[in-house]
Amino acid sequence: MTEKPTNATVRASGTSPLTSRFTCRIFEASKDSMDGKEEKVRCSQIPPEAEYERWQFQLDSAASGGIRDGIHLLAFSHYYSRLAPHDDVPTPRRHVPDGRGSGLPEGRFRIAPATNNLHDFPRHPIYTATTRRVAAIAIVDHLPAVTMLAGRAFAAPARQCLRQANRPSRWAPALALAQSRTYAEKAKVAAFKGTKGNDGKFTVSLIEGDGIGPEIATSVKDIYSAANVPIKWESVDVTPRLKDGKTVIPDESIESITKNYVALKGPLATPIGKGHVSLNLTLRRTFNLFANVRPCRSIAGYKTPYDDVDTVLIRENTEGEYSGIEHVVVDGVVQSIKLITREASERVLRYAFQHAREIGRKKVRAVHKATIMKMSDGLFLSTARDVSKDFPDIEFDAELLDNTCLKMVTDPVPYNDKVLVMPNLYGDILSDMCAGLIGGLGLTPSGNIGDECSIFEAVHGSAPDIAGQQLANPTALLLSSIMMLRHMGLSDNANNIEQAIFKVLAEGKTITGDLGGKSKTFEYADAVIKSLK
Amino acid sequence: MLSRTSQRTAQTLLRGAKPVSRWTAGPSMAARTFATVNQDIFKPTKFGGKYTVTLIPGDGIGAEVSESVKEIFKADNVPVEWEQVNVSGVETGDKHAETLFREAIASLKRNKLGLKGILHTPVERSGHQSFNVALRQELDIYASIILIKNIPGYETRHKNVDLCIVRENTEGEYSGLEHQSVSGVVESLKIITRAKSERIAKFAFAFALANNRKKVTCIHKANIMKLADGLFRNTCKKVAEDYPSVEYSDMIVDNASMQCVSRPQQFDVLVMPNLYGGILSNIGAGLVGGPGIVPGCNMGREVAVFEPGCRHVGLDIQGKDQANPTALILSAAMMLRHLGLDDHANRISQSVYKVIEDGNVRTRDMGGDNTTHEFTRAVLGQMEKA
Repeated sequence: MTEKPTNATVRASGTSPLTSRFTCRIFEASKDSMDGKEEKVRCSQIPPEAEYERWQFQLDSAASGGIRDGIHLLAFSHYYSRLAPHDDVPTPRRHVPDGRGSGLPEGRFRIAPATNNLHDFPRHPIYTATTRRVAAIAIVDHLPAVTMLAGRAFAAPARQCLRQANRPSRWAPALALAQSRTYAEKAKVAAFKGTKGNDGKFTVSLIEGDGIGPEIATSVKDIYSAANVPIKWESVDVTPRLKDGKTVIPDESIESITKNYVALKGPLATPIGKGHVSLNLTLRRTFNLFANVRPCRSIAGYKTPYDDVDTVLIRENTEGEYSGIEHVVVDGVVQSIKLITREASERVLRYAFQHAREIGRKKVRAVHKATIMKMSDGLFLSTARDVSKDFPDIEFDAELLDNTCLKMVTDPVPYNDKVLVMPNLYGDILSDMCAGLIGGLGLTPSGNIGDECSIFEAVHGSAPDIAGQQLANPTALLLSSIMMLRHMGLSDNANNIEQAIFKVLAEGKTITGDLGGKSKTFEYADAVIKSLK
Repeated sequence: MLSRTSQRTAQTLLRGAKPVSRWTAGPSMAARTFATVNQDIFKPTKFGGKYTVTLIPGDGIGAEVSESVKEIFKADNVPVEWEQVNVSGVETGDKHAETLFREAIASLKRNKLGLKGILHTPVERSGHQSFNVALRQELDIYASIILIKNIPGYETRHKNVDLCIVRENTEGEYSGLEHQSVSGVVESLKIITRAKSERIAKFAFAFALANNRKKVTCIHKANIMKLADGLFRNTCKKVAEDYPSVEYSDMIVDNASMQCVSRPQQFDVLVMPNLYGGILSNIGAGLVGGPGIVPGCNMGREVAVFEPGCRHVGLDIQGKDQANPTALILSAAMMLRHLGLDDHANRISQSVYKVIEDGNVRTRDMGGDNTTHEFTRAVLGQMEKA
């Protein structure tokens, strides 16, 4: 990003509550505030729609001199339909001069050239901001998720914060607010934004993957066309390229997914060799996929020691033990940092509650180890308690990781009415354990949910040894695609295909080799098609 | 049976395991001071023909189950004198908690031997640090051994489970180093050192060798935590070279937990850092029938503390006379073997197994309806018959 001071538009970088990076536009600069008075900022000063241009112009002249000092974030709230009627806009929180700590470190708000179209503003949150010399109302405009990425290391926010922590608190005013609430209540985290095209179909990016990927993707496509699902596939290739020494995904595929907001992904083989980050991780970072949803449901017809398993597990996907911050202190002593932030925790927790509502479960349970990790898991837990207050219809409780492990393995049935939500590592381990309960990764779907885009995937390997022989089992990818349909609001299609799959599996006549059958991939797909309603 | 294979005395276990000496060659490893386990390290005190053992009943069900152990020991005339310290981790506003905890440490240091229930740890941030963890760190009882095996006669979903978890007890995620960089951003440090990884790895291999176990699997997450878990895995791999007769492999922790619930029979000895041990021991306990029947112990260079392998306090059933004392009784039997009192140990553990196998008297967690007292009496009755 270029950071040259210019006029009028402020681009803020860093982690915002809603996206990783956002653009602010300064709307109004009042003259009084030029003298350091900040109370002039009122939402009532938001200009009527017709005056956008003019107000912006006003700012142009005012901003060029004074804005360089940065912006204090005072308050924000969601603002849905239009800008004009100021009744819709909550009064900004009062400026608290003696706040402590810092939610928004200096350096995250910088001045950059204007880029976005003014008329995109409605629907977006509003920030009320002041600088030392310029008071202004800034409107936040989401940038496409992709641009967030450029070189964003996971560790960066924490390090920045560390660095900032000891500075004299010039940012004090921002604090009290930034701490109190990071999400507006009504906002739905990670809602699907895609729309139907002219032909009445959604476009979905399809990453077929390696090994058995193309075969099982073909099955999915066949079944979908037979079931008349209003979806058009757009195949994309995510074979990583090395660009400036970093593993990157081709721009076309990023564009495709950004445009369609949703993708279905087969298994990918991670190339072995230096400099390659796992592709899954790259995708997760590229699209800021913060939550991993892993439902596990017993499949009738495939016997395991456990019956009637029906768990739903949501895992925080961006920080925790997998923050990637590690260093050798001296030879033979390694520190690995587990990073827990309120922002990321709140985001995934909020999603968990919403997801529980969507799938009709009445209980959310946070899994933690706060007895030992009092601060980090303690933060996750206390955030969970806070968030739960916004969802009075959902029952919330917390459970120690040890107990969860024990009880799930002893008898998973009591977990059938709950959604479990937990930090990264625990989620990783427990989600695979749940998969083990129902017979392995070949039968479990997975969805990676991001602010903008979501990717649904089969988490099993690419099985190059049986590739091209029509031996692969497409169930995991199919079930993932069903999660995707529900995410897109196409529940009817989802239910239809789901019942067909379960019927075929329960009959056990046309199942693939991994489940003890003899059928080929396409025979299985045909059987599913015949069972469609 | 547990008694035959995996519970051989820790003394013989460590004495017996003579690794091939390769260490003189490696320049980087030449000056090793840690992790030498081939000496006779346990010297419990014996006065007047009796061993003094520190008994920490612990919170929750601790008092009831340790009462059961005391009764059984008394009935069998075991030459053990208890030195009981009633430490409690439950916040009662009692200022003595810390003092009692110090007293327990002092007692354990003196006696070098302890039997312990689990202490409660509050979740609240203002609450004290886990006494369990502090105790292990203070006494440097670095190796936690958890034996997970089906008990004959008690059917669970999985058959023929026989695995043993060796868990690093003093570092890793439980380092207790945490800080809040700014409000809403917390960092928690996981520490892995070569020295501690090496000694736990050596312990695991020595244990495998002495107990006729064939395979050691290192559990890690080195694909993500490349440095920390990478160090642990590499150290294990290096130690494995000293024990050519023991098969070595490694596995990623999420895969391991999946395998554990689908095909636990494939595992033998598992060695892992702290947190994974907590997770897998609970998964393992779930496989064979719950925390009430899984014994365990914590070994250090100086001190050995025996406690139920799957560390659950059981506050919910405290005082209801429902607890299953099996885990603590079997842990106590392990302790007797550690002391070389194999006769007593066998008599006690065989009786427990017999009672469970007969299936007439079982506590609630095993699907029965009997109280802790009734179970204890059944064991006592069985011991008389034997």
